[in-house]
Amino acid sequence: MLELFNRLRSKNEFWLAVVLLALVVFFSLTAPSFFTIGNLNDLLTQNAFTGILCAGLIVVLIAGGIDISFTATASVVQYAAVTLANMYGMNWIILLLLAGALGALLGAINAIFVVKFKMHSIIVSIATLNIFYGLLIFITSGDYITTVPDYFYDGINWFEFQVGRRTYGINLQMALLFGSFILTAFILKATNVGRQIYAMGGNPDAAQRLGFSIFGLNLFVYAYMGFIAGIASIAHAQLQLNVTPTVLVGRELTVLAAVVLGGASLMGGVGTVLGTILGVSLLCVLQNGLVILGLPARWEGAVSGLVILIAVSASALEASRQANMRRAARKGQETGVAA
Amino acid sequence: MNLLRQTNIQLSILLVVLFVVFSLGVDRFFSFASAWSMAIQVSGLGILSLAMMITLLKGGINLSLIATTNLCSLTMAYMMNLLTPGTEGVAQTAAIVAALVCGAFVAAIIGALNGFIIAYLNVSPILATLGTMTLVKGIAVGLTAGDVLSGFPSAITYIGNGALFGIPFSLFVFIACAIPLAIWLSRTPTGMFIYMIGSNEKATRYSGVDTKWVIFKVYLISSMLAWIGAIVLMGWLNSARADYVESYLLITILAAVLGGIDPFGGAGKVAGLILALAILHFISSAFNLLGFSPHLTLAIWGGILLAAAALAIKTRGLQRR
Repeated sequence: MLELFNRLRSKNEFWLAVVLLALVVFFSLTAPSFFTIGNLNDLLTQNAFTGILCAGLIVVLIAGGIDISFTATASVVQYAAVTLANMYGMNWIILLLLAGALGALLGAINAIFVVKFKMHSIIVSIATLNIFYGLLIFITSGDYITTVPDYFYDGINWFEFQVGRRTYGINLQMALLFGSFILTAFILKATNVGRQIYAMGGNPDAAQRLGFSIFGLNLFVYAYMGFIAGIASIAHAQLQLNVTPTVLVGRELTVLAAVVLGGASLMGGVGTVLGTILGVSLLCVLQNGLVILGLPARWEGAVSGLVILIAVSASALEASRQANMRRAARKGQETGVAA
Repeated sequence: MNLLRQTNIQLSILLVVLFVVFSLGVDRFFSFASAWSMAIQVSGLGILSLAMMITLLKGGINLSLIATTNLCSLTMAYMMNLLTPGTEGVAQTAAIVAALVCGAFVAAIIGALNGFIIAYLNVSPILATLGTMTLVKGIAVGLTAGDVLSGFPSAITYIGNGALFGIPFSLFVFIACAIPLAIWLSRTPTGMFIYMIGSNEKATRYSGVDTKWVIFKVYLISSMLAWIGAIVLMGWLNSARADYVESYLLITILAAVLGGIDPFGGAGKVAGLILALAILHFISSAFNLLGFSPHLTLAIWGGILLAAAALAIKTRGLQRR
């Protein structure tokens, strides 16, 4: 039992799960409307945009990069895709493929500068964020799109069932949220590309010497982030039933915070889908629960900030504790040999 | 030919070329009014860029910079609105000074928090300052609910908008920050340690430097510069709010990188940063006079950042990732 605990305590996911569980129990006991199917529905639907983006960003962080341009990518794609959908009709599948493809194209631009010009990915994505967003607002003058295709109003409603007077089911936001995480998990766990991404993030030089195409891998990673951003933008547009080009940019650091809370390292090579899901759930559940408890919504930011600071400090302390233990063990071995 | 490879020489040439082209091609660019508005904008942004620059030099970053600035100006605005009404002369001066000290206190707490978490707990600077950014902005939003605080004593608006010898006063404030900082960085042991930590933290520690204390000081000073920036900005805008000038965060990084500061740390000079700021504002004010949208300027700035960084890497042949 103790051994199991000792093995688990070094796992980031274990602590996240413990804290998440504690929060859920606490809110369920203190706020009657928290542990309800209605609130779960709201929680998933409202936070789907952030969650979907997390599924893309985790891949970039594992690859050893960082991207903050995805909210601008999402804004551009949302505007372009909904405009095209208004002109040519389309259905969900075609619209999502179009949005994904446009996003992938924009995302890939980052990879070119990161690899071919050897620039730091944070500098590249700061630049592309400003370029995409600046051009979008310049061209559209920041105007809304208020008409959306008819099928936006129906959305999708899978596995419907009734609780009381409300009907629940899997809506578009949930379907895309689950779909993105399943796709990311599949790529990272079950494909050759996924393993190469971990290897490249852990040690780019070694990966290159093994013959991996660093450019190809980065192209895939940043294009995938763009693809996910495109998908997320459609989830957002369907929820809002309009397109406002200025509302998405500014959320990129929240997404980064959620992924980092989930245990991904900015040094690359580290991070899991499970951790990411727990990280983003933790942030969202905390905010949702506090609002239900009556904390004014304007305090959300302060609470998230505090959680992020505690989480990163705790995981840094745990990392240095482990490093110290390894050092002590090594010393013990050396003296043992000498004796 | 070697001279042409120096960043500051390249930037100066670009600056002169832009100046000539815009003066000839853009109506009213070469005028007092345009120089005046540029100088005022450069000073506020410039002080914040200095604050970002020193963290970049040591291989870090300060994402909480703008949040700190806004919380400082809100604190000072609140204290001034509380203390100054109905006062005059010495009493008013004392009230203003008290308000400024409160702002400095807030900045010091945030800087010390950043410094402690990064230097002593070994948290990566991006994560630590991302956390403090969210926390500090969250506190500002929580306390004010996004409201604007305005109506300051004339002394404060003078700092942001007034003139001394026909030159905007805020420019003097910027210079009073830039020159001591440049001397501190290039002429003192601590300054040199910052560059050394930026290029190789481990080696610096093994050579007997108390790197943790130096890193702590870097974030403290960055925060104190944000406080000075806050005074200038609240005077310029004559108001304070939780989400003012958020776009400045990226622009300070842009200006620093364009100015030849290595985002991995260890290289860069204050002079380069100032040249980069001037270039950025030549472009924005020329575009403004031509009637282009400020968003187009933002896009062009992004393009310049990519071009400048790519060019720097090609010419310097940097081998680092």
